[in-house]
Amino acid sequence: MRLLRHGLLTGPILGALWSLVVATTVAVAMSLFTGDAFRPTLWGGLLAGVALGLGCLRFGGRQRLVVPLAVALGLLALSAVAGIGALEIGEGSAPLAAWTGRVATLGFTGLGLWLILEELRPGTITRHEFEEAVIRFLTGFGYIFFTAIVLIPFYVMVMTSLKNQAELMANPLDFTIDLSQGAELFRSYSELMTEYSFGRYLWTSFYVSVLTVLITLAFAIPGAYAVARLRFRGQALFSRSILLIYMVPMIVLALPIYIAFSMTGLRNTIFGIVLIYPVTTIPVALYMLQGYFRGLPAEIEEAGLMDGLSRLKVIWQITLPLSLPALASVSLYVFMIAWNEFLLAFMLLDDPSKYTLTRGIASLNSSEVPRQHLMAGSVIATVPIMVLFLGLERFMTKGLTAGSVKG
Amino acid sequence: MTDATPPTGTGPLAKREARLAWGLLFPTLAAVSLVVILPLLAVFWISFKPVTLADLRPPTPIVREDIRGDLEAPGDAATLRYRLRNSSQDQPIRGVTLSDAWPDGLEAGELDPACAIADGRLGCDFGDWEGGQRVTLQIPVTATETYLAGPPATDSPPAMTGSATNVLTSFDFTAENFVRVFDGDEFWSVLGVTLFYTIFGTLGALIMGLFAAMLLNKSFKGQGILRGLYLFPYVAPVIAVAFAWILLFDPFSGSANALLLQMGVTSQAINFFGERPLALIMVTLFEIWRYFPLSFLFILARMQSIDHDMYEAADMDGASPFQKFWYLSLPQLLGILSVLFLLRFIWTFNKFDDIFLLTGGNAGTRVLTVNVYEQAFALSNIGAGAAVAVVIFCCLLLFSVFFFRVMSREEGL
Repeated sequence: MRLLRHGLLTGPILGALWSLVVATTVAVAMSLFTGDAFRPTLWGGLLAGVALGLGCLRFGGRQRLVVPLAVALGLLALSAVAGIGALEIGEGSAPLAAWTGRVATLGFTGLGLWLILEELRPGTITRHEFEEAVIRFLTGFGYIFFTAIVLIPFYVMVMTSLKNQAELMANPLDFTIDLSQGAELFRSYSELMTEYSFGRYLWTSFYVSVLTVLITLAFAIPGAYAVARLRFRGQALFSRSILLIYMVPMIVLALPIYIAFSMTGLRNTIFGIVLIYPVTTIPVALYMLQGYFRGLPAEIEEAGLMDGLSRLKVIWQITLPLSLPALASVSLYVFMIAWNEFLLAFMLLDDPSKYTLTRGIASLNSSEVPRQHLMAGSVIATVPIMVLFLGLERFMTKGLTAGSVKG
Repeated sequence: MTDATPPTGTGPLAKREARLAWGLLFPTLAAVSLVVILPLLAVFWISFKPVTLADLRPPTPIVREDIRGDLEAPGDAATLRYRLRNSSQDQPIRGVTLSDAWPDGLEAGELDPACAIADGRLGCDFGDWEGGQRVTLQIPVTATETYLAGPPATDSPPAMTGSATNVLTSFDFTAENFVRVFDGDEFWSVLGVTLFYTIFGTLGALIMGLFAAMLLNKSFKGQGILRGLYLFPYVAPVIAVAFAWILLFDPFSGSANALLLQMGVTSQAINFFGERPLALIMVTLFEIWRYFPLSFLFILARMQSIDHDMYEAADMDGASPFQKFWYLSLPQLLGILSVLFLLRFIWTFNKFDDIFLLTGGNAGTRVLTVNVYEQAFALSNIGAGAAVAVVIFCCLLLFSVFFFRVMSREEGL
């Protein structure tokens, strides 16, 4: 390790690694955006990385942007003329795409290294400086890595829904969209809405989720208040068993529920679904709410009691208004669970006129339905929950941390 | 004057409070016991019974009524026919009866000895039926004026009764389900797959979450956006992201394969979700991808509550960044990490949707939960499915005992 702590070694090594990371990222991004053949090269990447890594070192301790800029321009010329560079560009790529790729690779490599190798001089460096540089490298890598793995599946989902089967089979990487098609672009969506009655599924999912939220709250608020505030025998046992119930896997319960519903004729009814969803969410909601109620100062409620309010009035007039943010979080979280629920809907609903959205998507998963329909269905299910989530992110995050150890 | 002593026992106020508490809890208790406790007991019950999917519909007598011949003028003759059968091929039905309204003015010829017409109703008593038994009743009838004025005989639906033993409620038990479940190598391979999936899925999500939390544990512009973005995999419906993954990694038209081919990593397309042991690794990666946001959120919340002074003191003492992480942050996070690990472990163990949607339990990815579905619905053996469910539940009890030990130490719960 000590040997590594020399600017002339740390710089090129981090440079080489960073260059490979950037080249791979740019290659993947360009491939997915244009459909042309881009690929990172090992030796070209190493060469560019080492050169830029050396160029970005702070010679004489001063910041001179000239050196790395000159190195970068040299490398750009090399890749354009001789074709030696971190990025190998396939024949037949559009010149604009090719140049964007080259410039982006060198630009991001250079910019990243300039930041990573901040204050790194050629010569022995301290452990502190060395580790800081490594951490800056890892941070940069982390941002790229996480953003890529999160975005790529969603990008593929949206873009696939806008294309047709033949185009997809021809070049699975070509996600370019022919904007001149206009409204034709959304053909999958309109077909889903008209032929596959996804409009109805959306509505069913929506009102089932809202009903689930309302019923859950109606049960969980009094229960949570009792567990959090009132003293009674068995209180401790109770708060534990909530958590325990919350751990019983749905598939274990789904079996007897399926049997019971088959025998009573509740299978294939929305009523049955509305009956069963809240029960899966009540323990979660109870657990989240009781945590919040415990955090409220008891003195305010006691003041209310002293002034002659009954307990129920205290809950209604004092506790609930104070816990509106928590109620919002819980509602959102429960809504999300109900909206995304798949297992019960899949097992209990067979009649296409009663499908929820997730069940509807599951029914699209057959070889007769083109896959852009499947993806369009997925987008239809994802967008509302995302919009809700981004719009109310503050509540959502709080809700998630408060009780959502459940998956 | 008597000495003032503190009250002992429960006073009226405390009693009232307890009563109110139980009152408030009652709806929840009732609902939960109806849908959690009762089904749990039912699972135990069913796991000892030889139940198949077909047994869910109890055997019933089925009747079809038609009339052969035309009744158009008074004196016309025809045959009223009832075709009856036992819906089950092997289960007997006891005390089968048939009853149907008999129209006014319709004259019946010779009746089956089991039947009689009284008070405008036809009533038959067939006694017990074997499985698969069929009976055809033929009643010669003659029409009169009164009959022709009313609705035809086939207008009133015939009703049948009869009771059959329901396997679900009878008292014959069998241990065959458990024998089936534990028999053979399949169970152990399923258990092995479950453990692999659970352990690596949990650890992976935890480590990724820790890494993501460290990235975002500083304020900069766009931090909120990135945080929202990193939660996407968890918030999106599982069915949508699972299908997106399947499409992305499709062996024929998947972008991932196309990319790998283009980069020269592989020379031929890889069937990510169809090959052993790659499929298991892929579903584990999916699990990590989908649930790292949760660990990330929890760890970030804990990180932001760590006292900053400590780090300044460490800086003064010349600690390097890695030392600060190893000796200061990690010990502070150990509590939340262990709680998260246990909870996520249990939840990953319980996970059904993800694997079911990605591979359907094929290509060596069958975990216990998918096995429940496979046994109960694909193989139509509900009893065996319930037996697997009982095994899952027992494992779970074991975990939760352990969990509450750690939890009470860490959270004081």
